[in-house]
Amino acid sequence: MVLASAASPPLTGNLVEDVRQLFVYPFMVNAFRAGTIVAVLAGVIGWFMVLRKQSFAGHTLAVVGFPGAAGATLLGISALYGYFAFCVAAAVGIALLPSARGRGFSEENAITGTIGVFFLACGFLFISLYKGFLEGVNSLLFGSFLGITNQQVVVLAVVAVVGLVAMALIGRPLLFASIDGDVAQARGVPVRALGVAFLILLGMAAAEASQITGSLLVFALLVMPAATAQRITTRPAYSLTLTVVIGLVVTWLGLAAAYYSPYPIGFWVTSFAFAAYVLSHLAGAALVRQRASMVGPSPGRPDLRAGVDR
Amino acid sequence: MIPTLLAIQGGLAGMFDQPFMQNALVAGTCIAAASGLVGYFLVLRSQVFTADALSHVAFTGALAALAFGVDLRLGLFVATVGVGLFMGTLEPRGRADDVVVGSVFAWVLGLGALFLTIYTTTRSTGNGTAGVNVLFGSIFGLSRSQAWTAAAVAVGIVVVVCIVARPLLFSSIDVDVAAARGVPVRLIGFVFLGVVGACAAEATQAVGALLLLGLLAAPAGAAHRLTGRPVVAMVLASALAVGEMWAGLALSYWAPSIPPSFAILAVATGVFLGVLVVTQVRGREKAKSPVAQFEAARR
Repeated sequence: MVLASAASPPLTGNLVEDVRQLFVYPFMVNAFRAGTIVAVLAGVIGWFMVLRKQSFAGHTLAVVGFPGAAGATLLGISALYGYFAFCVAAAVGIALLPSARGRGFSEENAITGTIGVFFLACGFLFISLYKGFLEGVNSLLFGSFLGITNQQVVVLAVVAVVGLVAMALIGRPLLFASIDGDVAQARGVPVRALGVAFLILLGMAAAEASQITGSLLVFALLVMPAATAQRITTRPAYSLTLTVVIGLVVTWLGLAAAYYSPYPIGFWVTSFAFAAYVLSHLAGAALVRQRASMVGPSPGRPDLRAGVDR
Repeated sequence: MIPTLLAIQGGLAGMFDQPFMQNALVAGTCIAAASGLVGYFLVLRSQVFTADALSHVAFTGALAALAFGVDLRLGLFVATVGVGLFMGTLEPRGRADDVVVGSVFAWVLGLGALFLTIYTTTRSTGNGTAGVNVLFGSIFGLSRSQAWTAAAVAVGIVVVVCIVARPLLFSSIDVDVAAARGVPVRLIGFVFLGVVGACAAEATQAVGALLLLGLLAAPAGAAHRLTGRPVVAMVLASALAVGEMWAGLALSYWAPSIPPSFAILAVATGVFLGVLVVTQVRGREKAKSPVAQFEAARR
């Protein structure tokens, strides 16, 4: 009940006082610790994921995490371990499966879609078997920042450190392999092994992000900051740093907004991340238009598609 | 074997006397038939993930309606049919970027979570399980009038698809030839996505927003695998969906701790995977047969 009364305290309007107020309760301090750890790992791995155009793999891994979390709750252990077990297992599974070439593209979609839905249905079964937990399903699907224990923060931190060290080790060849797989392969970079390693790291990041945003909204921390940063700058080091910064700001703002309002954190984090993404698109479009007007209409480049549409 | 069968029969006794089961069967049968038929075309047109996108929209639409105090189904249908038609207008420009699509629909889902909180905290009639019911369906909770309305709309969907079936099939298999022959390809694609929207709203009432993709994709995928003949595959997809719906409902009635939407999806996934394995094995055997080896050698 302490949590319930602390869920939406009034804003005083004094920024310093409001920020201090955020850290009064230990559960909020833990939420910020966890959010910070998750935002850094999800940002770094998400950046590579967007570069490698694997955003739906990340989404699938997170969806598979949902029955894991529900099953862990059913067994009476922390949902966090369920996320990790299922997300990483799913990553290994996807990596080991032979890519179904030759068959129709749309049949592959039907299979992927059906299996993803089946995992969601399994999560629902576990929740139904665990009586009196129907409320908890919303926090598994749409995120929650309440009740993160010290131990969970430590687990999140250890996994994040492992993930970041691994990324530091494989970062350069992975970047090479992501940008031009064929050339990298010719140069002797183990492209396939790197892909498998990255998928497993992605499973870890998806599990961590699920802890904050829930299984269904991991796009907010895995994809949107990276997509925003890559829209703003194309230089790898800058956009990677920018991704982490955007992820951190979005998470912190989301936590603060969720603390001071009755609305769920998943909504706030997706909204802030999406706002940043839309702004970067608008700014990019405006910049292009400005440059175009400064240079004038580019000569010698007839629009080939203009006549085709008609 | 016989004792188990008897036990199952005993467990299912009186199934058809229960009003909630009658409603579920009426609505479920019609919704499944419509979903199988629409799903056949979704798989054929490589638009399976349209249904995925619509599932996010269905959740948010239904919860928005509840938050504003109107009938859930109104929000559901307006949102799914509206977004379906909107996607129809985008169609010719090709597939949008995965990142853009994913981000937009993740945000839509976040908005749904907001409406859910507004509904559960402000509406005095609000109950905490509304979100779960929309996400995972509550086919046993349908009232008689809701069931018959859902059945009537499903029949309407089947009729519309049957009317446009021939040109839709033609334009799905070869857009350019169909357009050259004077088939209104764009109009048909537009109408079809509207129908997909309505079907998504229907399936939400049966298995929930998060699981509707399975009801659309699994029977249709199996039917595509089993036969290449369009009309047979259409009927088969519908029949499979209806059979899976019945099996799921009976399973859930027999073992009440299993929710119906899980049972339906489990049967549908099992059938689809079974069909995949069987056709794969049969395909391999055919390749090993002397005739096939002879033909391969001649090539």
